[in-house]
Amino acid sequence: MRRRGRAGRIARHVLLACTAAFALAPFVWMISLSIKPPQEIFQADFHLWPTQFYGFENYRIAFTAAPMFTFLLNGLMVCAAIFTLQLLVCVPCAYALAKLRFHGRDTLFAAVLVGLLVPPQALAIPHFVLLYVFGLLDTYAALILPWAISAFGIFLLRQFFRAIPDDVIHAARLDGLGEFEIIWRIMVPMSAPALAAFGIFSVVAHWNDLFWPLIAVRSADISTPALGILLFRDDEAGQFLGPLMAGAAIIVAPLLLAFLIAQRRFIDGLAVTTMK
Amino acid sequence: MSTAAPHLVRAEKSARPGAGQSEARVGWLAVSPAAVLLIGLLFGPAAAVVLFSLTDWQLGGASFHFIGLANFQALFGDPIFWKALGNTLLYVVLVVPGTVGLGLGVALLIEASPGLRGFYRAAHFLPVMSTMSAMAIVWGTMLHPTIGLVNRALGAIGITGVNWLRDEHTALLALAVIGIWQGFGFAMVLFVSGLKAVPQHLYDAAAIDGADGLFDRLRLVTLPMLGPVTMFVVILTASRAFEVFDAVRVLTQGGPNYASEVLLHRLYTESFDFLRTGYGAALTVVYLAIVVALTLTQAKLLERRVHYT
Repeated sequence: MRRRGRAGRIARHVLLACTAAFALAPFVWMISLSIKPPQEIFQADFHLWPTQFYGFENYRIAFTAAPMFTFLLNGLMVCAAIFTLQLLVCVPCAYALAKLRFHGRDTLFAAVLVGLLVPPQALAIPHFVLLYVFGLLDTYAALILPWAISAFGIFLLRQFFRAIPDDVIHAARLDGLGEFEIIWRIMVPMSAPALAAFGIFSVVAHWNDLFWPLIAVRSADISTPALGILLFRDDEAGQFLGPLMAGAAIIVAPLLLAFLIAQRRFIDGLAVTTMK
Repeated sequence: MSTAAPHLVRAEKSARPGAGQSEARVGWLAVSPAAVLLIGLLFGPAAAVVLFSLTDWQLGGASFHFIGLANFQALFGDPIFWKALGNTLLYVVLVVPGTVGLGLGVALLIEASPGLRGFYRAAHFLPVMSTMSAMAIVWGTMLHPTIGLVNRALGAIGITGVNWLRDEHTALLALAVIGIWQGFGFAMVLFVSGLKAVPQHLYDAAAIDGADGLFDRLRLVTLPMLGPVTMFVVILTASRAFEVFDAVRVLTQGGPNYASEVLLHRLYTESFDFLRTGYGAALTVVYLAIVVALTLTQAKLLERRVHYT
């Protein structure tokens, strides 16, 4: 019995090592190529670690040949702006749907549920036309505005707000707080876990999104990371694999680091938002 | 006023909203930005797509004509559309079992004992977090016919690999492997939370009945209890696979010879590369119809499943 237990444990590690290798191989390969000189990338025998360390050159080329910092900053700004807008729009709406009685509430909630069905890619053409009409294509606004409304955000927060007892709100009203004070000073702090989950979901989705930036934006100055790395590849310097892999590493690093620092938060956040 | 009055009366019984704020007015004030944006950015545009699909309008064009269902006729007569639809379905059929199977297997192994649990969980979840367009570029170099990792590894055991992404027979398969790579860590996480919800007393009961072997426990307790989660993961994976775009755009652009053309990429190309707005809108309507039909079916299935257990 004990021997079988040990054999089982070893088998577990062997199998998980194989699947982990599959999951991690692209990252290891990316880092390996990003610190190699060109001739070593193309030579017949493969070494994980280069004989001649070329990392500084590759990363320097990636940073100078393409505005990598700009891509990252753009990603940060666009994600922050989208999430802020979504909060400003979704939180009051979710509160009203969860806790207030007013004419048309059920109709609005039904509309939110229908809105959940519509994949955002299906709205690309009219969004493009709308931005074209207002002369906003190829601006930050083009990257941000179409996402100002999130049916999913409203739905998620409404479910969470409903779970907060009405007594809390009644007590706040008796203390003389207005409804909007209740929203921002009582409900928001009380639902921090749900807001964090929605935030992670929103930021991960928009940092990684390629479809919409590809449509809305042409210039490198306002490209988000996912689009920026493509622009770099199609650029002259991107023809060299070392700098290209260095660029890819720079693009994926921020989210991966954030994830490694706050693993539980990320995993729970993403799992919770899909399970709802 | 007549509609607001009953609410006021009801509100007065408990604590009523602050002075001068009727509940209905606050409610409307709170939802109005969302309501306006829902109409302006979601339902309005959705209606516009349907409208566009009935016209011959091209982006930037000054005039247009209503041409009835001609766009749809052209679409359904277009072999590339059918090819893209078939490829998308094939891609889903390849990715779903791979993702769900691997995700379930890894979840069971990770939860089997505590050794290195945190490391394995993080390692398998890393692809989920990574930017697909960048990692697709990395996959492109791994699948390179001569210097790529895959063909180097195959060469080491005496197999000559093909040019995976440029070969009609393997391009879609290679994309499916990339899709599985990106998604199975997420399936794993969902299965782990499902496993945590299996009550210990079921295992105890099974043990009393003599089923204490690993496979007996798995067959009699774990897998049946994971039924609803599995259903959920299958559905989620399928709908994500149906929306495959990034890797296709970055690596194959639907080629060679449309061997890896998928619906969403076709939609993008027609609408924004060729600027055939009417035709692209017709394609969008079909895409939307399929996605909505799938989602509704799934919701029904899930509902039934939940009631069963």
